[in-house]
Amino acid sequence: MSSNSFAYNEQSGGGEATELGQEATSTISPSGAFGLFSSDLKKNEDLKQMLESNKDSAKLDAMKRIVGMIAKGKNASELFPAVVKNVASKNIEIKKLVYVYLVRYAEEQQDLALLSISTFQRALKDPNQLIRASALRVLSSIRVPIIVPIMMLAIKEASADLSPYVRKNAAHAIQKLYSLDPEQKEMLIEVIEKLLKDKSTLVAGSVVMAFEEVCPDRIDLIHKNYRKLCNLLVDVEEWGQVVIIHMLTRYARTQFVSPWKEDDGLEDNEKNFYESDDEQKEKTDKRKKTYAMDPDHRLLIRNTKPLLQSRNAAVVMAVAQLYWHIAPKSETGIISKSVVRLLRSNREVQYIVLQNIATMSIQRKGMFEPYLKSFYVRSTDPTMIKTLKLEILTNLANEANISTLLREFQTYVKSQDKQFAAATIQTIGRCATNISEVTDTCLNGLVCLLSNRDEIVVAESVVVIKKLLQMQPAQHGEIIKHMAKLLDSITVPVARASILWLIGENCERVPKIAPDVLRKMAKSFTSEDDLVKLQILNLGAKLYLTNSKQTKLLTQYILNLGKYDQNYDIRDRTRFIRQLIVPNEKSGALSKYAKKIFLAQKPAPLLESPFKDRDHFQLGTLSHTLNAKATGYLELSNWPEVAPDPSVRNVEVIELAKEWTPAGKAKKENSAKKFYSESEEEEDSSDSSSDSESGSGSESGEQGESGEEGDSSEDSSEDSSSGQESESGSESGLEDKRTANRNSKPKGKSDSEDGEKNNEKSKTSDSSNAESSSIEESSSDPESESDSESESESRRVTKEKEKKTKQDRNPLTKDVSLLDLDDFNPVSTPVALPTPALSPSLIADLEGLNLSTSSSVISVSTPVFVPMKTHVLLHRMSGKGLAANYYFPRQPCIFGDKMVSVQITLNNTTDQKIENIHIGEKKLPIGMQMHVFNPIDSLEPEGSITVSMGIDFCDSTQTASFQLCTKDDCFNVNIQPPVGELLLPVAMSEKDFKKEQGKLTGMNETSAVIIAAPQNFTPSTILQKVVNVANVGAVPSGQDNIQRFAAKTVHSGSLMLVTVELKEGSTAQLIINTEKTVIGSVLLRELKPVLSQG
Amino acid sequence: MIHSLFLINCSGDIFLEKHWKSVVSQSVCDYFFEAQEKAADVENVPPVISTPHHYLISIYRDKLFFVSVIQTEVPPLFVIEFLHRVADTFQDYFGECSEAAIKDNVVIVYELLEEMLDNGFPLATESNILKELIKPPTILRSVVNSITGSSNVGDTLPTGQLSNIPWRRAGVKYTNNEAYFDVVEEIDAIIDKSGSTVFAEIQGVIDACIKLSGMPDLSLSFMNPRLLDDVSFHPCIRFKRWESERVLSFIPPDGNFRLISYRVSSQNLVAIPVYVKHNISFKENSSCGRFDITIGPKQNMGKTIEGITVTVHMPKVVLNMNLTPTQGNYTFDPVTKVLTWDVGKITPQKLPSLKGLVNLQSGAPKPEENPSLNIQFKIQQLAISGLKVNRLDMYGEKYKPFKGVKYVTKAGKFQVRT
Repeated sequence: MSSNSFAYNEQSGGGEATELGQEATSTISPSGAFGLFSSDLKKNEDLKQMLESNKDSAKLDAMKRIVGMIAKGKNASELFPAVVKNVASKNIEIKKLVYVYLVRYAEEQQDLALLSISTFQRALKDPNQLIRASALRVLSSIRVPIIVPIMMLAIKEASADLSPYVRKNAAHAIQKLYSLDPEQKEMLIEVIEKLLKDKSTLVAGSVVMAFEEVCPDRIDLIHKNYRKLCNLLVDVEEWGQVVIIHMLTRYARTQFVSPWKEDDGLEDNEKNFYESDDEQKEKTDKRKKTYAMDPDHRLLIRNTKPLLQSRNAAVVMAVAQLYWHIAPKSETGIISKSVVRLLRSNREVQYIVLQNIATMSIQRKGMFEPYLKSFYVRSTDPTMIKTLKLEILTNLANEANISTLLREFQTYVKSQDKQFAAATIQTIGRCATNISEVTDTCLNGLVCLLSNRDEIVVAESVVVIKKLLQMQPAQHGEIIKHMAKLLDSITVPVARASILWLIGENCERVPKIAPDVLRKMAKSFTSEDDLVKLQILNLGAKLYLTNSKQTKLLTQYILNLGKYDQNYDIRDRTRFIRQLIVPNEKSGALSKYAKKIFLAQKPAPLLESPFKDRDHFQLGTLSHTLNAKATGYLELSNWPEVAPDPSVRNVEVIELAKEWTPAGKAKKENSAKKFYSESEEEEDSSDSSSDSESGSGSESGEQGESGEEGDSSEDSSEDSSSGQESESGSESGLEDKRTANRNSKPKGKSDSEDGEKNNEKSKTSDSSNAESSSIEESSSDPESESDSESESESRRVTKEKEKKTKQDRNPLTKDVSLLDLDDFNPVSTPVALPTPALSPSLIADLEGLNLSTSSSVISVSTPVFVPMKTHVLLHRMSGKGLAANYYFPRQPCIFGDKMVSVQITLNNTTDQKIENIHIGEKKLPIGMQMHVFNPIDSLEPEGSITVSMGIDFCDSTQTASFQLCTKDDCFNVNIQPPVGELLLPVAMSEKDFKKEQGKLTGMNETSAVIIAAPQNFTPSTILQKVVNVANVGAVPSGQDNIQRFAAKTVHSGSLMLVTVELKEGSTAQLIINTEKTVIGSVLLRELKPVLSQG
Repeated sequence: MIHSLFLINCSGDIFLEKHWKSVVSQSVCDYFFEAQEKAADVENVPPVISTPHHYLISIYRDKLFFVSVIQTEVPPLFVIEFLHRVADTFQDYFGECSEAAIKDNVVIVYELLEEMLDNGFPLATESNILKELIKPPTILRSVVNSITGSSNVGDTLPTGQLSNIPWRRAGVKYTNNEAYFDVVEEIDAIIDKSGSTVFAEIQGVIDACIKLSGMPDLSLSFMNPRLLDDVSFHPCIRFKRWESERVLSFIPPDGNFRLISYRVSSQNLVAIPVYVKHNISFKENSSCGRFDITIGPKQNMGKTIEGITVTVHMPKVVLNMNLTPTQGNYTFDPVTKVLTWDVGKITPQKLPSLKGLVNLQSGAPKPEENPSLNIQFKIQQLAISGLKVNRLDMYGEKYKPFKGVKYVTKAGKFQVRT
């Protein structure tokens, strides 16, 4: 209040007194103002006096205080007459504040508000555009129905105003008038139609907003303006962009045919569309046969792409949803990177973006899979963000990444945030059902969690285990027994109910325990929760039917208890059960079927994502966030079967571009350029007939002239075409690629010009050199020591491998395991390894989630580095359009502990579905084994799918040959593993390493001397080079000049120890110790050249 | 679109309201308070709340809630982004976005809100335009105004509003023409208990402070632009130049602004400049535990790591901590259970460590999980990704500006699990 109070002090005594009064009221409470009505009245008297004084400063102070009252929500309506007098004040600040007051109270004091109208009408004619605009704003904000005709007139006039700013305000006024009096709709639509034709970027956003609010169904108004809006889009202010993009998404869904059904070879076609008129005709012919995208459709998709780079999250999200809803599936992928970027933003933005990603990731896992790690949870995230991230991680889980994910989940389960821990447990359950390979591992992990100290965790585990067991009821007697014991300790009703249900359902498998449980429950029946009571009744009924000898009395006792229960549901259930199971003369035919009724096979529950049902809402909308239809939500229509006439979007000659004909798509960009030069009501006649190709030079010249932003920066040395365009701020994003493609000649020329220009520069301007050096200098400080060196160093560093910290790596698996096993060992051990499909190595990998405590010093660690290098398995030419690549993800294989996991990416490059892709005949050397992927039913055109398989190479580099078959063909392919991929990294201490190395001397040792430049021998480069070639783990080293790496072979588990010892000069010794001498020497041969080259 | 705005402070008082359409009663905020109560923690208040007649979209900034009332469908990010822009503007005008600052300048706040939205749709959000319409408060100006009777409000339409470059105002003049760029990179990482990196990523921004007269046209080029994987731009940057030549070409706004923010491609491995040795354990059935952490430099490119702060959210059962740091100060807040250790600089000869005992509530079970450590640090004159500005050229003006580039690397969301 500094400025205000300063002014107050200027006032005579009265001012100070009121200030005190105001202080007093404000300290009490906002509502206290009514209690102190008398003083309030007095103060207002004072304000009135000030408003009536002659001095502007007094009036201003009064107005400031009144605005302060409004801001606090206090009632200042009784000052209306005094304030409204000042509406014609010369002082602009007083005027503005009076406007603020008017807008707030005019609705309540309509008669008095009319007094001010004439002032606004006068101001609407003011030469100052700001005054015209603000008069219109206030006039339209006064919600007084009598002045509707005046408003209508003002809007009409303003929509033809010369100033785009006033026209923008007119567009806003349309919406205000519409909400005040919907009967004006028809007239307003006329104004909207007129403003839609406006070429100013300033108006575009506001008028589209008005369109959306007043007449969203009049899609016909858009046709003629569609191309203009697409082209203007980049230059519209960010808020307008959001609105326009949303509107155009809806438009596209009604006007174009779906690009999804058979989007064949789109990539190739897209560029051709704009090649030339002839090309275009060809395409239109072709269109009859296959799907070709409407060029207008393509225009929209291409013109929105640069906006993915916007700093405004709302714009990025708007483009993302546009791509999601209208772009061909193969192109949707480009949005993921930008959307993931938004996750760096505020909590609120994250929340909305994650929700949208969750919906997207259900349908298209592949889009976000590369960004899996961006969704890892931090302990500082708010719970709502955590659960959303978890949701996405679950959606993204697949065979290839599940082991990494489960390891991550282990950390989450231990979280202090118990709500989150519980959500994680549910997630594990969902992963277990979705990915059959890990079901048992997850189940075991969950069983271990039953011994957790936290009740919420235990309860959640019980519920999830119940669901899992229901899916595969056999062979889990032990788990059920274990859970029966838990009944003594656990108190959460849902969990107790789940256990009871499980026992009832499986009572024949645990014949000894079930009656005993019933006995215990009978004892505590009265004190149980209703949910539990119902399950006790069920359990009783089931036992009565299967084992009536032991439980008859017990059940009847429970039924008696239930009969007199307070809850009517329980009484009802009791009555129902008694009639069904206890045979008497009244019970009819039904009781015969009692057993069938109670012990029927129950369908397993489906664990689904809560985001599954959101996909029918348009992404990025409020309705999507709320998962409920919000007021005013406009449904996205389905694609039309047949596209409506595309010629409606053609614009008449006079309007925009004379040469624009339906087929002349190639010329569109010409007019596009013009949009920008015209954006300030430039004349559109002179150049409109000129051809785009030849016209580009002259046009850009014109643009230079028009440079309304006062851009004097046109340097003659600037490369003409691109420089000009960007200069005038008309980055349409539309021209760029096409111009580049088509005008390859001029481009070449301009390149050479560029070259010349550069030469010139380097000659003439030492100034620019000086400049660049001044940049270096002004960063002052010692940093500037030999720049080139620090430069190269920092580059190296970015590539540098992640070094493991030595201190904390404890080789014992037990340390990492999260579960206390001691007390539950007897029960859980038999459950540990139910199926052979689960390999010990995976178990080792999922340490925490399983029970075996390996005591070996060698534990498999995570790979230090996973090279992204892919190898060709099947080229698309030889595969009749089916292409296959493989790479080694360096993950422990989930199919078998002796297997190397291989990921194969299959691509369909044809225009037809490829069906039934599977592995045919295998020609493997003796001993080699292979776990094939499940046959793929069909692969869409342009689609790609990643599958994982496991191959046991028997620690040799022999080739695995097999046939990759489709429905019609078989292709012979083979995989030969690089020796480095036959290894798994292990973590060990330096001491262990030396000990093991000592055992592997003599014949088991191979070594070589390497010579290379010293800069290749920094620890980081060596690390990088070694892990690039071989999947080894780094061993912490105490000496600077020795680096050690350890791994074991996948098949036999023999150790492979690699040592690089730096010597004087530029030599180093490479030593490999291993039992597998053959592999050892092959590895040595491969490492040697890699390390010695620069 | 945006119907009304309520500003609410931490203790739940509505201290400012503004309506752009007809008045919405304050009582609508009761739904918000209800949600706030349910969420327990301010961070967990859902940003979007549905009420019978309205929707409330809120943001939490600087201990204030900005609650906007919406009546019809609107992209929620649109509103959220706008509210943040409002808060940014307050920050820009008053130096801080706090209850006191807003209350002191309530008239300016009102004038600003009036200019920023019309009928709930954003009108002018560029700070350069706003500053021409409504001058920021300074002591000098309020003195001058009270004497001369001139006002804070401009009476002509800012030129920027109409031009294609709304971010720059016309007629800028400086005696010293300067252009400074700060390349600030943040390392986001999750380190697991064994010290290996679970996830690491570099996020960077280039903040600029441009004080140049006239209409300069700048182009900034990098030695290694390919490093930038995903970039978002200030609207002033010409997208096409970047696409074709990887050069940032722009007519800058006047003053401070964020030029670009970028992410370094995730294929590159990230150098982690510090390591933490930790040994935190709680004994079963006794009311104490051990706490021992040591920090050391790892891949620091020969620069000093400074400004290190470690923040640990200790489990609820921790009553008090009795620690001795070899360097710096530590504080433990027994209410929020937050341990903060202000370390300062690392000297490799003597690694800073913090050791001691943890007192637990007696009788309570020992915590299941060790708390994770959040680490802050700063390295001057280094961009960890290796990004380097090559040169800055200026066209369009005759004078020779003074130019400078500064590099800083910081920890972003840097978390060590223990």
